[in-house]
Amino acid sequence: MPKRTDIKKIMLIGSGPIVIGQACEFDYSGVQAIKALKEDGYEVVLINSNPATIMTDPEFADATYIEPMTPEVISRIFEKERPQALLPTLGGQTALNLAVRLGEMGILEKYGVELIGANLQAIHKAEDRSEFKKAMQKIGVEVAKSGLAHNLEEAMEVVKKIGFPAILRPAFTLGGTGGSIAYHPEEYEELARVAIDASPVHQVLVEESLLGWKEFELEVMRDHRDSVVIICSIENFDPMGVHTGDSITVAPAQTLTDKEYQQLRDASIKIIREIGVETGGSNIQFAVNPENGRIIAIEMNPRVSRSSALASKATGFPIAKIATKLAVGYSLDEILNDITRYTPAAFEPTIDYVVTKIPRFAFEKFPAADATLTTQMKSVGEVMAIGRTFKESLQKAIRSLENKSFGFESKFPTKKVDQKLLKSKLKIPNWERLWYIADAMRIGMSVQEIHEITKIDPWFLAQIEEIVNAEKILKKIKPTPSAKFKSTLFEAKQFGFSDTRLAQLWSKKPQAVRSLRKKLKIKPVYKRVDTCAAEFEAHTPYLYSTYESEDESNVTKNKKVVILGSGPNRIGQGIEFDYCCVHASLALREEGFETIMINCNPETVSTDYDISSRLYFEPLTEEDVLNILEIEKPMGIIVQFGGQTPLKLSQAIHDNKFKILGTSPDSIDRAEDRKRFQALLNKLKLKQPPNGTARTLQQAKKVVQKIGYPVVVRPSYVLGGRGMEIVYDDQALTRYMKAAVAVSSDHPVLIDKFLENATEMDVDCISDGKNVVIAGIMEHIEEAGVHSGDSACCLPPHSIDAKLQENIERQTVLLAKELKVVGLMNIQFAIQGGQVYVLEVNPRASRTVPFVSKAIGRPLAKIAAKAMVGISLSKQDFLKAEVPSYLSVKEAVLPFAKFPGVDTLLGPEMKSTGEVMGIDREFGAAFAKAEIAAGTLLPLRGTVFISVNDFDKPYILSAAQKLLQLGFEILATEGTKKYLEKNNVACNSINKVIDGSPHIVDELKKGRVAMVINTPLGKKSAQDSYSIRRTALEYNIPYFTTTAAANAAVNGIASILKKGFSVHSLQDYHRKENKEAFASKSVMVS
Amino acid sequence: MLLKKPKAILVLQDGTSFEGYSFGYEGDATGEVVFNTSITGYQEILTDPSYKGQIVVMTYPMIGNYGVNEVDVESAHPQVEAFIVKEYSSLYSNFRAKSSLQDYLKKFKIPGLEGIDTRALVRHIRDKGAMPGIVSTTEMDVRKLRKKVRELPSMDGQDLVKTVTCKTSYQWKEGTYDEDLSKPKAGAAKKGGFRVVAYDFGIKRNILRNLVDSGCEVTVVPAQTSAEEVLKKNPDGVFLSNGPGDPAAVTYAIENTRKLIGKVPVFGICLGHQILGLALGAKTFKLKFGHRGGNQPVKNLENGKLEITSQNHGFAIDKESLQKIGRLTHLHLNDQTVSGFTKREAQVMAVQYHPEASPGPHDSLYLFEEFKNMMEKR
Repeated sequence: MPKRTDIKKIMLIGSGPIVIGQACEFDYSGVQAIKALKEDGYEVVLINSNPATIMTDPEFADATYIEPMTPEVISRIFEKERPQALLPTLGGQTALNLAVRLGEMGILEKYGVELIGANLQAIHKAEDRSEFKKAMQKIGVEVAKSGLAHNLEEAMEVVKKIGFPAILRPAFTLGGTGGSIAYHPEEYEELARVAIDASPVHQVLVEESLLGWKEFELEVMRDHRDSVVIICSIENFDPMGVHTGDSITVAPAQTLTDKEYQQLRDASIKIIREIGVETGGSNIQFAVNPENGRIIAIEMNPRVSRSSALASKATGFPIAKIATKLAVGYSLDEILNDITRYTPAAFEPTIDYVVTKIPRFAFEKFPAADATLTTQMKSVGEVMAIGRTFKESLQKAIRSLENKSFGFESKFPTKKVDQKLLKSKLKIPNWERLWYIADAMRIGMSVQEIHEITKIDPWFLAQIEEIVNAEKILKKIKPTPSAKFKSTLFEAKQFGFSDTRLAQLWSKKPQAVRSLRKKLKIKPVYKRVDTCAAEFEAHTPYLYSTYESEDESNVTKNKKVVILGSGPNRIGQGIEFDYCCVHASLALREEGFETIMINCNPETVSTDYDISSRLYFEPLTEEDVLNILEIEKPMGIIVQFGGQTPLKLSQAIHDNKFKILGTSPDSIDRAEDRKRFQALLNKLKLKQPPNGTARTLQQAKKVVQKIGYPVVVRPSYVLGGRGMEIVYDDQALTRYMKAAVAVSSDHPVLIDKFLENATEMDVDCISDGKNVVIAGIMEHIEEAGVHSGDSACCLPPHSIDAKLQENIERQTVLLAKELKVVGLMNIQFAIQGGQVYVLEVNPRASRTVPFVSKAIGRPLAKIAAKAMVGISLSKQDFLKAEVPSYLSVKEAVLPFAKFPGVDTLLGPEMKSTGEVMGIDREFGAAFAKAEIAAGTLLPLRGTVFISVNDFDKPYILSAAQKLLQLGFEILATEGTKKYLEKNNVACNSINKVIDGSPHIVDELKKGRVAMVINTPLGKKSAQDSYSIRRTALEYNIPYFTTTAAANAAVNGIASILKKGFSVHSLQDYHRKENKEAFASKSVMVS
Repeated sequence: MLLKKPKAILVLQDGTSFEGYSFGYEGDATGEVVFNTSITGYQEILTDPSYKGQIVVMTYPMIGNYGVNEVDVESAHPQVEAFIVKEYSSLYSNFRAKSSLQDYLKKFKIPGLEGIDTRALVRHIRDKGAMPGIVSTTEMDVRKLRKKVRELPSMDGQDLVKTVTCKTSYQWKEGTYDEDLSKPKAGAAKKGGFRVVAYDFGIKRNILRNLVDSGCEVTVVPAQTSAEEVLKKNPDGVFLSNGPGDPAAVTYAIENTRKLIGKVPVFGICLGHQILGLALGAKTFKLKFGHRGGNQPVKNLENGKLEITSQNHGFAIDKESLQKIGRLTHLHLNDQTVSGFTKREAQVMAVQYHPEASPGPHDSLYLFEEFKNMMEKR
């Protein structure tokens, strides 16, 4: 049956901001879905609050709503757009949960909107633990022994039947939030309480422990004719007990016989049928007892998932695209396989390589967080590598991580192995376990012994042992340009060893290994990912490297540009950079270039095989990138779009005589190198905060004597404010310098005068070397000192006068011209007492590029990419960016809820994982939208708790007054109360926690406080009020830790109370003639 | 040297050679070089008699991971002439494993070749077609091997059935395995079920197990058994099995089948399907490189449903010639070749692929029920 013709307009729900457990894989799936729908002539309406996505580019959907993702807002969009169908299976758990609520609230029915892809019953059956269990029992698929609990009493009752260890799984949560494993009765009660609270429906499954069992996942697809295919099987390296998002995973399954695999396949088919997912993809997880093969179904996601993105990249089968086609009525045999071009999508991909995924963590950002890997997901990104053997694939994945590891380096490089530490690192799952396993082998522990401690399948361990044994042999060999050595080196490369790791083993420089290797003519070949293990010809150049005889790269002689991607997502370098890379590729293809993408992040749009002319799924290391450049011989390479990852490679690329497009590496260095930067500013007569550099504590003290406290200290060459701190006294300075010197004596510590209570500004501009265009000026909501990535900001500025803005523009142009910028540049300014200071200049794409592009309605990254290949801004008709008549607010989304025990205070080190955008004609409404989109439910009535430091008191007064006028009650701690009352603001007092019960935390827990405004000063005060912020976070009470944000929030509340807010598509905002229409109808939010 | 392994080599009839390491029996073997795209199931593939006369290369690069066990076998011993993989995994891990693949191959004198660019080999076969080759662990001189391999016959016209069929007839009583995959299901092989005579052209045990599962009393007979002898047993149905080689060369089987059609319901799988077609007057031809794998899409034209099937064949029935003698019921979606046909009025049903799977998906097990229904309606 071909596509449905009774539907004309389809609405798609995106997944919102990037959070732990839900990252850019849903941008990838959403983009595929929109493209598939448009290809079939459907009109597409999209809602997604995340501006950093490709899917929200105005040219994709017909109407794109960057609005808060709530049922009320969607209802308003239904009313306006009248779609006939809603596709909720491509936007992760967020979209699925919204679809359920829209159904429950009767909104779908009211507007006659049909759910396609999965119906409410199916979603409910898959997501509700007891329904799922019942369904499994019906079809004879075993599930773990378990019981449901809705309160503590029930939880205590259930565990009696199950015993310890017991697993707690809250229903309807993301990435297993609130889930845990209780080993003892003593800890069970507290863990059960957390789990019950974490579930929006207060339902928790207490389950028999399957710890140590093998874990498998199958990606399943079904069409409306009831044809079912398995796209991919995935085996977890880490056994049960570690969230699959935090596990190292391998595709396909490695240790199952066909009989066992078919049992999983049969069960998967039965499950998708019984759950009733009529069309589309699902992910089903199984545990298998390694002793006897007993199979337990763990869970089923009735939607496209993180694993489906991985499976798509691993096989070349575009699950999201096909799922979309199936949802609109096609059957599998009616869709062609893009890669082979003439065989149908109705088949099961088979692969002739091994795929390894390793998650990437950010524990360094949260030193107080527990780094044990559990059933709650904690990783912030992942890498995938393809190799012809597991060993090659694993070693490639390791170096893709960009964790300064190029193989199995020892965790005890200089000291004796600490056996006790080693054993605990093996036993308790942690992200470095892989390396500790190798160390255990080096001291002679057997595969069997390590298996008994880790429960990792001996097959995987034996593979690592082969690598460790090879290292022992390699270490004894002297590298020489001989034939005998050549064959050994070739074997080593087949094992996946990087030049850098080999250099470590031979105490040489990586470059020396590289030149020796090239001299011996050992170079990689490139094979194609083709869905069919070479049974049919592949027409898509989706390539990976290996060391074998036949090369399939089939390099062309076209005019081509290589774009280096940004590698794994991490805090400070996320989806925004992938967005820029994708734009560069699309723009240059438009201009007739062949574009070549190199990246190793399976979650991204850039690693979709049809974004670029050619895709190399490879680690972004010097070795791997140069290998590709050497065979492709591009006319230029773009390094300024992928964040620090490609920038770090620019020197090596330049040294190897390849051409870097756009701003020269020397200009980048002028902006990054402290001394040269200072000279640059002096030459242009621009101001920067007083500063200095120091390599020792003495030097640091000397600098501070000159400029005075407080100061900002940070290491040089970092992104995302890694290691950055504000220091108020000698004691803190001493502690910081000691730690910094221990980490790296090569790189000096930078010390800046901290500009207190200054307003920070971000500017993005584009230059073609001749003209400089200011794309947007953003005013930060939080004052300087909070990392720009964590601060909310507003475009255009809402409180900075025109003269200062002109000054900022003038300085931007001066800097761009002096640095001969070709492409994008971002500058951070601070304004203090009418003075403009330059904080930082980055001659590259910044995190704010997608936000600014959406706000002003021009694709900056595309324009910049074209400028970099010589198409002038005047030719592109971009000599001035119009300042929009509406306001756009960007708000950061923080991962604190995933890290119990971590403080929620913002500082100079970036901690956010994602962002949202709110657009409106008024600042208050735009800010409120951004807050709601970020999950902060601004209250419209109730009690607001205020406790601010002396310094902040004058800045909170107007907010307090406004709150009273709006009908709120105010609760304040002693000092704040005195100040407010003195200024005629009535309020009640409440104890600080140290003053004893009843105190503020008690009130928060009782649900008597609707919002918290709390600004501590200094370390001690911060410790005192930590429990307030943490409790507010855990109880989902809005809290603000800066007065600027608090004031903005009160403005937002006032704006909502006054007139609600309206919803408009991005296309509407960008259409000039429509500007008057914005003021029309409004929607109230509760 | 990181790997201390003896050398081995493959030389194809067109002169192409691949040098790697030996991981099986030390010796030489010749046969038609074919590839299989199944990720799992190497033990079933090794023991499938349809691979007689063939050297099998696996497209999945890591083989040996789960060792070998005593039950996942399709005949008493490996049937392939030689086995080629990218990387042999010496450590195996599986709760049912009894020994390593290497020991298994050595025990049954099957040479194994690893460490070659199997993808390059597969692409070569795909482009040039399946062709004879030699695997050697004793002779490394490519020129000598080329000379030897030039003399090898093509698969066309070869009757290999006679080399794999049983000597005498026997009863088969085992059903498929229990959920824990260790022993046949209890309660199978009831007396008083349908009496089925199964021609052994190289029959896979899982076919027999499935016949037993659907309540049949199965007598297996040698390929040369005459139609008269079969009919004397008064069967409710006759089954024509899979097997190796060129179907057109098995003239005695075609003759006997012709005599059986119309007298008793007949179900054919793979070679049995081709023999049925030939007996009814259709033609067969050799495919360029065949269909071998567990992911082959077949459309059931009777109900429009997709079946992911296990396949292993180098010959096929010519679609045009089939149209005159029967109805096409199953179509291969990759290349639109014949995957199954029926001639209802003559109580004949046949599929080119392997509904018994092993290895492969279980989508098509319903065919055994259909065979039973056909016998019931008789």
